[in-house]
Order: sequence, then C-alpha cells, then structure tokens
Amino acid sequence: MRGHTSIWLFSGILLLTYGVIIMATGLWELGHPLAHPPVLYELHAPIWWGAIMTVAGLFYTIRFRSHH
Amino acid sequence: MSLAFVTDAVAFFQAPVKSLVHLGWIDITVIAIYFAMVIYIGFYLKGTSNTSEEFFMAGREMTAWIAGLSFVSANLGSLELMGWAGSAYQYGILATHWYWIGAIPAMLFLGIIMMPFYYISKVNSVPGYLALRFGDGTRGLSAICFALMTVLMSGVNMYAMAVVMKVVLGWNLNFSIWVSSITVAIYVALGGLRSAIFNEVLQFLLIWLGALLIPILGLIEAGGWTNLKHQIAARMGNSDYTHLWSTTAHFRDNPMGIHWTGLVFGLGIVISFGYWTTDFLVVQRVLSAHNLRAARMSPIIGAGFKMMVPFIVILPGLLALSVLPYHLVGEAQAAITGQHSYNEVLPLMLVRYCGPGLLGLGVTALIAGFMSGMAGNVSAFATVWTYDIYGAFINKKASDSHYVSMGRWCTFGGVIISVVTAYMVRHAASIMDYVQALFSFFIAPLFGTVILGMLWKRATKAGGFWGLLSGTCTAIGLWLWVEHDPTALRYVALSADAKAMAADMYRALWSWLVCVIVTVVVSLATAPKPDSELAGLVYGATRLPEEHDDHWYQKPVFWASLIAVIFVGLNIIFW
Repeated sequence: MRGHTSIWLFSGILLLTYGVIIMATGLWELGHPLAHPPVLYELHAPIWWGAIMTVAGLFYTIRFRSHH
Repeated sequence: MSLAFVTDAVAFFQAPVKSLVHLGWIDITVIAIYFAMVIYIGFYLKGTSNTSEEFFMAGREMTAWIAGLSFVSANLGSLELMGWAGSAYQYGILATHWYWIGAIPAMLFLGIIMMPFYYISKVNSVPGYLALRFGDGTRGLSAICFALMTVLMSGVNMYAMAVVMKVVLGWNLNFSIWVSSITVAIYVALGGLRSAIFNEVLQFLLIWLGALLIPILGLIEAGGWTNLKHQIAARMGNSDYTHLWSTTAHFRDNPMGIHWTGLVFGLGIVISFGYWTTDFLVVQRVLSAHNLRAARMSPIIGAGFKMMVPFIVILPGLLALSVLPYHLVGEAQAAITGQHSYNEVLPLMLVRYCGPGLLGLGVTALIAGFMSGMAGNVSAFATVWTYDIYGAFINKKASDSHYVSMGRWCTFGGVIISVVTAYMVRHAASIMDYVQALFSFFIAPLFGTVILGMLWKRATKAGGFWGLLSGTCTAIGLWLWVEHDPTALRYVALSADAKAMAADMYRALWSWLVCVIVTVVVSLATAPKPDSELAGLVYGATRLPEEHDDHWYQKPVFWASLIAVIFVGLNIIFW
C-alpha cells in the first residue's frame, strides 16, 4: 500500500477545515446579523458546532499525522 | 454552430428559477472542498489498486472499524436518508423498524454466524460463494440479477437526489446528475474498492456532522421528547405516530397499514436477512477486512451505528410533524399543487435551522449520502460483472491486469447505465416503483438459497438452482397478480386493509418459503455432495479457526450481545 496515510488523517483535515470555516462564519455573524435568520439563531449554533469540529479535527490530524 | 452548441449546453445545465433556498459563497466553498477531497483521495489511492485483489477487494487490508463504517455508509444513500425521513413524517415512528428490526438482528447474524463461511472460503463475491456451493448455474442467475438491479437502483437513487436538489436548492437536474456521477466514476475507477471505502468513511462522518444539528435544535424548539409526542398527538388527532409496536395488532390501527407479523417475519427475518447478509453491495465491504476477527466485528460495529441513524433520519421527520407551519404531501399531489413533498422534509428542516456555512455542511451531507450509496452500487457492480459474469462465462483465462482494466471500465459503464436509468425515471416516474419492486423479487429467495447452503450439508446443486429460480418466479408472480387485480392483496398480505408496504413484506415471506421448500424437496431427491467438497463452505463440514482473544471484551459475541440488549431495550422504551 502506497504510504500509510490513514483515512482518519483525511477525516481530521476535513473536520478541521470545516470547523474553522463554520466557526469563523458564526463569529462574523455576531457583528453582522443575518437579514433572514434561521430558527433558534440566538443559540449561535455555528460557533459551538464549528468549535467542536475544530477540536475534533485537530485531535485526529495530530493523532494520525505521525503515520504519514 | 459552436454558438448554438454553447447555448444548448448552457440551457441543459441552467438552474430553475424557483427554489427554497439560495446557497451563499461560504456554502459553495464547503461543498467544493468536499468534492476536491473525494477526488484527491481517488488520485492518491490510484497506485494502490494495481492487482485485482487490490482493486476489487481493497487488498483485504481494512480494519474492523473502517470496514464496519463503510458497511453502514454504503447503505446510507439518498433514498435511505431523505426517503425514510419522509416516511417518518408520513407514517410516524413506525419507519424506525427499517433501521432496527429491519437491520440489527441480521447484521449481528452476519457477523457471528455467516461471516466465517464467507471469509474462510476466500470468495470475492456472494455469487462467487454460490458457485463453490451450488455451481455455475446458481452463480450466473444471482450475478446477472444482482448486476442489473444494482445499477438500476443506483439510477433511481440518483434521480431522487437530483429532484430534491432541484426543488430545495434550485439546482438543474442535469447538473446534479452529471457532476455527482462523474465524481463517483473518477474516484472509484481510480482507486477501486479502497477508494470507495475511504470515501464512505468520510461520507459517514459528514452525514452525521451535517445532519446532527437538526434533531438537536429541533428537540430544543419542541421542548424535549415528551412535549414533542404531545404536540404530534394534538396535531394528528391520535398518538399512533410515536409508538413502535403497540399499534400493530391490526392493519387498520396504524398509519402504515401493517401488522406485527409482517414486520417480524417479512421485514425482520426475510427482507432484512436477505439484504444485510446476501446483498453484495454491503457484504463486499466486510470481505475487505484484514482478518476473520475484523470481518466478524465489522457488521457488529456497523449495527451499533445503524441503531443510531434514526436519530438523524426519523427524528427530523417526527419533528417536522410538530414544528413545520404547513403540511407536506405526496409526490403526485406536490407536482400538481406546488406544495412540498414528504421526501423534502430533511432539506426543509435543514433550511429551518441552518444559516450560511452550516447549510453548506448539511447539503454536503446529503450529497455525501448519495455518493456513498452510488459508489457502493458501482463498485459492487464492477466486481460482480468482472468476476462472476465476464471472468466466469465470457473470458475465463485473461490476465490479472486485464480484469483490473475491465473493472475500471465497468465502473464507468455502471455509472452510465445509472445515468440512463435516472433519465428514464424522469420521463416515467412509475419506473421507480418497478425498479424497487424488481429489487425485492430477488433478495428474499437469495437469502433462502445462501442460508440453506451455509447451514445444511444436504442441500444440492440442483436444489440451490431450482429453489432460487422458483422463489424469484413466485415473487414476480405475486407482484403481477396484485398489479393486475388489487383485491388480491387480501390473499397476498392476508388482509384487505393491508397497504403497499405490507404487501412487500408478505411477498418476500412467501417467495422465501417457496425457495426453501423447493430447495429442500429437490435436494432430498438428488445426490448430495461428499463432505470433502463442502469443507470451508457449510456448517458441520467446516472446522472454524479458533480465535484467541486475550480478554472477554475482545470477543465479537460479547459486543453482539451488548448491541442485542440495547436493541431490545430501545424497542421496549418506544413500544
């Protein structure tokens, strides 16, 4: 098998990328509220959901980076 | 001339004017990153699929977790996600049966009882096992039916996804069909099963990340599960929508028009066992495991995740019953009135709770669901065609590299047939029902043939072939009977109050019974195979390798028992 890049490293990188994008979008919306907000907008789901994805992505990226 | 071509091409991919939501550049970026990643994985793994064992079986190197997640993900197509969310809106929590009793017992049975025989015989496919056990006749019959049904189902899934993307996102139907199918063709043709499996794991993760916020935010809005039940009961006028079993004592008492015997025997035993233990689309993922223990653990891990899928599929459908300010209708009525149909419930809930970024992630989850299902169909099709039709009957003595090349071309061929099917469905929606019915004709009798082949030494070559053929013919005959004379439903499904889904359950049950009876009778009338020829294929003639687990918690049977206990507990809680 070429190299030993684990699928979990790919998953980690994708999670991290998405987490950063979504969290940044949520933070941006704090200063620039949406004209047509979704239901429960006041819970700021993009911030905490993005943060969870970022932390999980970081963990998987670092944990499986050594196999690369 | 060239200008006319460009104008035609633009019109072909032009978006419809009306849509539920418009994606912003952040959402488009999220979707584009996903497409870039899956294609990159295909190119990255290209060098690892040079032999047929690598291309078709992923080198048999997968761990239990990867094979297990891929096993569930290959089944989690767009119909599975959006269709069952729509069914939950239409029929209530009864739709959960397709995830629990319609999957969990069969997946555990595959891991504990059947996997050793598939794995020890080192076959490359389910028809390959039938060839060793019952000869080339049974192999050919099952391979041709499977190959045909797989690509047709893939096309039906493709069309279902494209319609939802059109209505919800305003995407052009041709754009959705071609972009997603070309992407799947590229990464499967390049990296074979390994690429399909890697992407399926990624897609499974994305499906959860994109869809999980809907039930979380939905339950917050509804005020918790107990409040949700009360709200649904108040809105629908009864509490039938939130009970799994207590309304199934009679066909008339529940929204699905189904009886518990149909659910337990038709769905829980025949259809479920037929699909999860003999459909090569899912079994192929488990055969890629790196050892017998991993192969046995994969379906058990898969069962654990499968049991949780209703949280992101069924619960959004139930939440929609409570929180959506309007009613959804069937496809036919939606086409006339312009209302939203049941199948759009998941995207509608997504739009309700998700703003920019999260919306892109949710749409990516829907696309990922579709692509994982299609990649599963196409890679299984390529394997069965190459090994069990082309290699077994057309060109038996080709080189290994020739078969790999055939597999790559077959991947493109499978995708093209799927696309053609999707366009056929577009012009005649009834084809979708026919394809789904066709699929059900074959799967129940096949389970009868495989299970008797594995567990009964006396089953013979002639018994296997005639049993499978007669079971399949019975299913087709019963379906034609009800199509021709709808009142025949009272005989086929045992009640005039039964509905279409109940008819499917009972048709599967009768065709399985006919297959088993014919196999037994013909086998007893023909000469049995000697035990020496059955080694590695049949229970009682096979010495299973001993597994040396250091601890009790490493044993597959422990985890299967744990999943079984949780399964029973959940059924009691939501009784």
